[in-house]
Amino acid sequence: MFRSTNRDEWGFQLFVNGLLLIVLLIIVIPLWRVIMTSLTPLDVYMRGGTPMFQWPWEWSFAAYEQMLTHPTFPRATLNSVIITLCGTALSLFLTVPLAYALSARTLPGRRLIIALILFTFLFHVGLIPVYLLVAKTLGWTNNILAIIVPPAVGVTNVLVMMRFFEGIPEEIKESARMDGANDLQVLWRIVLPLSKPILLTIGLFYAVHYWNEFFTPILYLNDQNLQPLPVLLRNILIGQNFSEYVDYDVSRAASIESLKSSAVLLTMLPMVLVYPWIQRYFTKGTLLGGVKE
Amino acid sequence: MSQYAGTPAVARVRRARAKPDVPLAMRVQRLARAMWKHRWYYLLLIAPLTYYLIFRYIPIWNAQIAFKDFFALKGVEGSPWVGLQHFEAFFNSFYFSELIVNTVIFSLARLILGMPIAIILALAIHESRFLFFRSLVQTVTYLPHFLSWVIMLGLLLGLLSPSSGMINEMIKAAGGQPIAFLTSTAWFRQVVVLSDIWKETGWSTILYLAALLGISPDLYEAAEVDGASRWRRIWHISLPGIVPVIVLITLLRLGNILDVSFQQIWVLYSVPVYSVGDIIDTWVYRSGVLDFQFSLATAVGLFKGVIGLILILVANSVAKRVAQQSLF
Repeated sequence: MFRSTNRDEWGFQLFVNGLLLIVLLIIVIPLWRVIMTSLTPLDVYMRGGTPMFQWPWEWSFAAYEQMLTHPTFPRATLNSVIITLCGTALSLFLTVPLAYALSARTLPGRRLIIALILFTFLFHVGLIPVYLLVAKTLGWTNNILAIIVPPAVGVTNVLVMMRFFEGIPEEIKESARMDGANDLQVLWRIVLPLSKPILLTIGLFYAVHYWNEFFTPILYLNDQNLQPLPVLLRNILIGQNFSEYVDYDVSRAASIESLKSSAVLLTMLPMVLVYPWIQRYFTKGTLLGGVKE
Repeated sequence: MSQYAGTPAVARVRRARAKPDVPLAMRVQRLARAMWKHRWYYLLLIAPLTYYLIFRYIPIWNAQIAFKDFFALKGVEGSPWVGLQHFEAFFNSFYFSELIVNTVIFSLARLILGMPIAIILALAIHESRFLFFRSLVQTVTYLPHFLSWVIMLGLLLGLLSPSSGMINEMIKAAGGQPIAFLTSTAWFRQVVVLSDIWKETGWSTILYLAALLGISPDLYEAAEVDGASRWRRIWHISLPGIVPVIVLITLLRLGNILDVSFQQIWVLYSVPVYSVGDIIDTWVYRSGVLDFQFSLATAVGLFKGVIGLILILVANSVAKRVAQQSLF
């Protein structure tokens, strides 16, 4: 009896893990393709396109060199870094106090405020009313505030953080109040040090959002010098006047496809580096709280 | 819940909740005292609530131009009222049905194709006994969720570009003609739906996996003792265990049926595929920002917002009734 269940178990595991392997390949192949294209030397590319596999000693980094030495790419990177850092800071500056205040169950007006916030989450009036506010009323055309401020608070992030704060035992806060601390000091000295994982997770989520943002920069920024990395990447991917973004010089030995692929990977890089940090937390289920128990 | 209806405990709670017969002045005084006690919390709320007022509620106020003829010089308040003229223009136009049909097709295709794939993937991850491989699969399949649609465009061009894409190179090697997937009306929808599934399926397994982890191991052990095969355990224990999540997610998706990823369509589409790819949000962008038809575009956006609000509220009340859970 044991032998037969063992054989069943092995067959089953083979099937399940085979399925996972197929899924893994489906995800990896497009990424692999871009990596290989970015590293293919021009002469190899001219002979037969991107090969499926190349040894490291056959790689050419000419595309990366060309991308990084032209002033456009580093400037767009700097713009992206500024937007991401300022945006994340502002997001946390607004999200933390909101979540902390709403985690006080006895706060008069708490239900009303939650209802007002949830309403904006459920009812959208579309792009134009926001566009009129930002571009016309506030006049933030060609101002990175237009990228940073309007999307600063995410309702789900507020709710996740609120649930986390609610989980901090009341006794700890109460004992600090006994020592004469006001609620502001309780937040700063007691609650925030206990909330590092959630601050990091939500902060990284905001950072990813700002790093990826490409539509609002196109909407509000006409000045090419202000454009962040994803906008530059889009121009590189679809653009005809390629020479504005890179020194397209055949003697430097990178194909256009190589250059495009290297731009994709350079834009992805910070995300991939930061990703293991986010992943550590979201697999623990930190983020499920806001989805509603 | 109902079996407790007449008990003293419930009556006590009811009495406590009912407004006590205290004079108004005293109630105001109590409220004032409670508010003073929470003064620091209100201080903390000033900045976030100002943000909400300006960036969430002023746009709702601005949406009144859907009922006006908006002139930039006269502003939102000063522009003349025209009633439902813009809504009528939208309902009577040829693009009305096109936009709705495209939007609903994308939503339903993602739901009907994407959800079973996500459930199967979650079950496979849950059943795998190779822990390292399992977490590798999770790490890799979650990653695309964090990539922007511009990066996705780069990855898709690597596969689909008629001149150098991998899939087109395979077609050419097999003797076929290359296909311009992104500009072909016959292929655009498939590209949109499949690329969305590629990007989001891994991430969407998180909810199913959480539900699977919540199933008591005792159930599996009992089934094993009874000699139930792996397949029967999945069918009789795992699947019923995640049915509530499946119901919730289906309702949530149906409630958001008018919400297709704007950024995805906007990055991928082009003039040749407007007829099969244009959705409400992309149309609002073009007619409003590019063609300056602010009032008409706002009317269309408002129409979508109102329908979306109704759908999500209906979905929520159905969820409460069917799954005894609410979506938000």
